[in-house]
Amino acid sequence: MSNLEIKFLDKTFKNPIIPASGTFGFGYEFSDLYDINILGSISIKGTTLEERYGNKLPRIAECPSGLINAIGLQNPGVNRVVNEELVKLDKVYSDQIIANVGGHSIYEYTETVKRFNESDKVFAIELNISCPNVTGGGMAFGVDPETAYNLVTEVKKVSKKPIIVKLSPNVTNIVEMAKAVESAGADAISLINTLVGMRFDLKTGKPIIANIKGGYSGPGIYPVALRMVYEVHQAVKIPLIGMGGVTCAYDVIEMMYAGASLVMVGSQNLIDPYACKKIIEDLPKVMKELNIEKLSDIIGGRK
Amino acid sequence: MKNVLLTIEKNIQVGQDIYLMSLSGDVSEIKNPGEFVEITIPNYYLRRPISVSSYTNNSINLLYKVLGHGTKDLSTFEVGTKIDTLIGLGNGFDISKAKKPLLIGGGIGIAPLFGLCDAFNKQGIKPTLVYGARSIDDIVLVSELESKANVILCTDDGTLGFHGNVIECINNSNIDFDYYYACGPYKMLQFLSLAYPNGCVSLEARMGCGFGACMGCSIETTKGAKRVCKEGPVFEANEVIF
Repeated sequence: MSNLEIKFLDKTFKNPIIPASGTFGFGYEFSDLYDINILGSISIKGTTLEERYGNKLPRIAECPSGLINAIGLQNPGVNRVVNEELVKLDKVYSDQIIANVGGHSIYEYTETVKRFNESDKVFAIELNISCPNVTGGGMAFGVDPETAYNLVTEVKKVSKKPIIVKLSPNVTNIVEMAKAVESAGADAISLINTLVGMRFDLKTGKPIIANIKGGYSGPGIYPVALRMVYEVHQAVKIPLIGMGGVTCAYDVIEMMYAGASLVMVGSQNLIDPYACKKIIEDLPKVMKELNIEKLSDIIGGRK
Repeated sequence: MKNVLLTIEKNIQVGQDIYLMSLSGDVSEIKNPGEFVEITIPNYYLRRPISVSSYTNNSINLLYKVLGHGTKDLSTFEVGTKIDTLIGLGNGFDISKAKKPLLIGGGIGIAPLFGLCDAFNKQGIKPTLVYGARSIDDIVLVSELESKANVILCTDDGTLGFHGNVIECINNSNIDFDYYYACGPYKMLQFLSLAYPNGCVSLEARMGCGFGACMGCSIETTKGAKRVCKEGPVFEANEVIF
């Protein structure tokens, strides 16, 4: 009998599979398709203090092995997320979730985190300091170690929940960023967010994305994600959530070899709404094939 | 929404860059005309959202225009090919809104109006249909439409029917209607909604998922942000902030 359980920040997850923020809405709509209680957890759509419409359309451009998105953190604001979206989700998903928080200022981040303190539905905060699609914030906090350190320090002062810092791959030295947020008190790190990219319309010669640039995700970034998870795992003591281009159970195993304790599935949800279900169902078969009894044994490589 | 495997029964060119594909399989998930499907095209990462032109219990027609590499590949697919498809997407048209319906199609926006005509025909109503396009080569399947609706044609260059766009054509035609259903280019829908608020418009957008997960196609409306793929693609003309 294969054991898929993972202990992460003193909580036991029935399996390591979590739909990544921004690719699963607020989760409850997927319960029309299958019983989402099989999921390890859910990282909900990035939430800000106030409601945001986000960027102008088009927000999506296709790429080989992935897509570029520039949604711009569209969300109804933290109050409605806590009072409406999480209430709807609670009816169809019994476990706790991860609340992804975005912002433009330290104040916006800390106020949003404070609001989530009051929700029992929230297990941990995923601090999004890596969104490439909002101006004057988001990724600006995630590309300079000192800025990231200051933000995480302030957020830690007010948060009653564990803080998972989501790192951007758009940096020269990912290890430096990881060490900075660890020393500021981050409880865990999730990585990687999207890589900044762009596409042009062949006929008009203009960028496809209205916001010009966007975040590239999908299988194309998978090797980059593996490398960064591996490097960070070597350098920090806090646990990692790995993500970036994961499409199947084999990818999950590799991501765990690289050092991830939990694995988020992102873009694959957009082309296959059953992606997480399929991966969770395939994992025991793949473990058997590879002679893995306990999934938690392979975090950071096979012993 | 349901994930099904459909089989191509027909895939023929019916106009300039316009193709008609018939697919068979379990399509019982489709509830309303104006819904769309997301089809998988090998070697392309994202699915393609395509409006359902018309449907029966076990088949659908897709009328599509070749606009990029993906749809170009699609046009070469042979009969018998199986396509992984998400069906039952979007809200579709609400036929209960009109006693005297006017249907308005611009260019390839004519596609979902075939099924809408069928739905009205089942109610014993033969709707009026204004069908406009740039030129005669862009107008397709007119005789089929004429069996379902009272068709008024118009072209921007005057090569077929009324010489002018659909709004000029409607202004000129003295049509008796209480509610309209429109699908076509963004500008056409924008000006239509300004001229006539009593109707609905079916929008298109570049989509990520097509089922509400990514917020890639959200538009601004008078009632807040709405997703073209989930709350749409059909919206009240006066709620869309163009």
